Amino acid sequence: MDNRDTLIEVRNLKKFFSIGDNTLKAVNDISFEIKRGETLGVVGESGCGKSTAGRTLLRLYDATGGDVLFEGKSIMNLNNQEMKAMRRNMQMIFQDPYASLNPRMTVGDIIGEALDIHGLATGQKRKERIQELLSLVSLNPEHMNRFPHEFSGGQRQRIGIARALAVEPKFIVCDEPISALDVSVQAQVVNLLEQLQEKMGLTYMFIAHDLSMVKYISDRVAVMYLGKMVELAESDALYEKPLHPYTQALLSAIPIPDPEVERNRERIVLQGDVPSPMNPPSGCHFRTRCPKAMPECAASAPVWKEVEPGHFAACHLYN
Amino acid sequence: MQQLTKEHFEPISVDLRQAEAIKRPSLSFWSDVWRRLKMNKVAMASMIFIVALLVCAIVIPLVTHNDYFTTDLAGKNKKPSAEHWFGTDDLGRDVFVRIWYGARISLEVGLAAAFIDLIIGVIWGGIAGFYGGRVDEIMMRIADILFAIPYLLVVILLMVVLEPGVGTIIIALTITGWIGMARIVRGQMLQLKNQEFVLAARSLGADSNRLIFKHLIPNALGPIIVTLSLTVPSAIFAESFLSFIGLGVAAPIASWGTMSNEGLPAMKYYPWRLMFPAVFISVTILAFNLFGDGLRDAVDPRLRK
Repeated sequence: MDNRDTLIEVRNLKKFFSIGDNTLKAVNDISFEIKRGETLGVVGESGCGKSTAGRTLLRLYDATGGDVLFEGKSIMNLNNQEMKAMRRNMQMIFQDPYASLNPRMTVGDIIGEALDIHGLATGQKRKERIQELLSLVSLNPEHMNRFPHEFSGGQRQRIGIARALAVEPKFIVCDEPISALDVSVQAQVVNLLEQLQEKMGLTYMFIAHDLSMVKYISDRVAVMYLGKMVELAESDALYEKPLHPYTQALLSAIPIPDPEVERNRERIVLQGDVPSPMNPPSGCHFRTRCPKAMPECAASAPVWKEVEPGHFAACHLYN
Repeated sequence: MQQLTKEHFEPISVDLRQAEAIKRPSLSFWSDVWRRLKMNKVAMASMIFIVALLVCAIVIPLVTHNDYFTTDLAGKNKKPSAEHWFGTDDLGRDVFVRIWYGARISLEVGLAAAFIDLIIGVIWGGIAGFYGGRVDEIMMRIADILFAIPYLLVVILLMVVLEPGVGTIIIALTITGWIGMARIVRGQMLQLKNQEFVLAARSLGADSNRLIFKHLIPNALGPIIVTLSLTVPSAIFAESFLSFIGLGVAAPIASWGTMSNEGLPAMKYYPWRLMFPAVFISVTILAFNLFGDGLRDAVDPRLRK
């Protein structure tokens, strides 16, 4: 393990939504920490709660329970004024570059809004800062008076990145920033994120469902299933020696760019669909689809445990 | 054929800046709407008619030597002539001038009702949609209850309680009229508030005021304006109708509705007395409706059938 200090600590975070009489446990008791300057990848199927986790962590949703500590300070009990100041530290990049920019505002105003809210720059300084931010994400500074619809998906995503950077944050939640882009542009955006991280010492929580992209960008990777975290390890360790049967199944789904190997390799194909998060299975949520399910999996939920140094998993195989 | 060798090829430098240059002229949402609206000939003709109507309603009563209330019993029920373009009525009053005084009342009622609807509707619907949950539930149920009261009943009650006149008509129309606007705005708010750009503004630390006035309302402005432009003709129609059945403005004030009412018994012998106000009511409402439709198509081309 490296000795960088902890920037974000998440303790037993919960976010439940009530839908009619039911409760949807979108994020159910997850705990992890993110070191300063690292990239934590979060993967999982659609609807497993990874986006909700990211949004709850930034207090865009009110958490049902648990705590989030930024540099050792809890953000859950901050009042409006303190939270506004805290927002300068933590920002978000969104999934859909077509929905995340206000269509009625110019690019300059979209990026400048951050400066206006926190009173960071006005007049000529504001303009210069906006142009500087546009250059930072390799966009033409002259485009600040244009509207979002005039840009391509990749360009829009970079505008979103510039907006997040305007307040000089330390931590950015990237909520599937590349999944709406086409493959050629994905690399461009990921490389930009990496460059910015290096230049500005940013810390990322990178939410995605593209396993190979997550491996490429992340230092550590967390795997989520039905609102629970099932495994967390250094990127290499996770990909080489996945412990949780769900991670093993996920990894076996990555195609290998070698026809010989691809043809002969064994895939773990999961049976059935993801159960409804409104009514998850008892005990271990994954047991209904797990090829290694045992009687005790139904009886009790597995404990989140450090199976190997720095390698956490929640599975009865290791309890 | 010439053999192609390696020397024939050389890498060209690609300037990324060049590749991302945007050549198209910048177009804001409203200039785009205007561009689409201009292509719609019917809507443009309606718009010109409406503007002309507005100008005439303001100017003609100012410059004319006739007025709407002076009676001339010797010259009653005259046919349209050079002296009285639209003829005179049963008290010898000039129909042409009365039409333009009537236009003033119609436009006043139409615009005032639309404006009041706009203010109440946007505030009510905006609060309900933005805060959602229980607030939304209670506010929209209140609107539903108001909407369920038959509006003629409200009008008759108001006429009894208040003095008949333009002000009372406007109050009567807006007491339930704002509900349509509130529903539109609420729907827009519910749809917009979960968009990622609103979430992005919240993660930047934007407060409710900024969210509502910078992000939500500007994006809901299209449907709001369209609803507004369709409120005007329905208010004009309601005023004419109320005046026609005797619940509107009192004599001697000229309104297209009262003029039609007075012209009705004389339809057989002096048809111009009914025809002119009736034509003005119809054409004005038609023009507002066609313009509103055109505006809707221009604001949201996807709605065009």
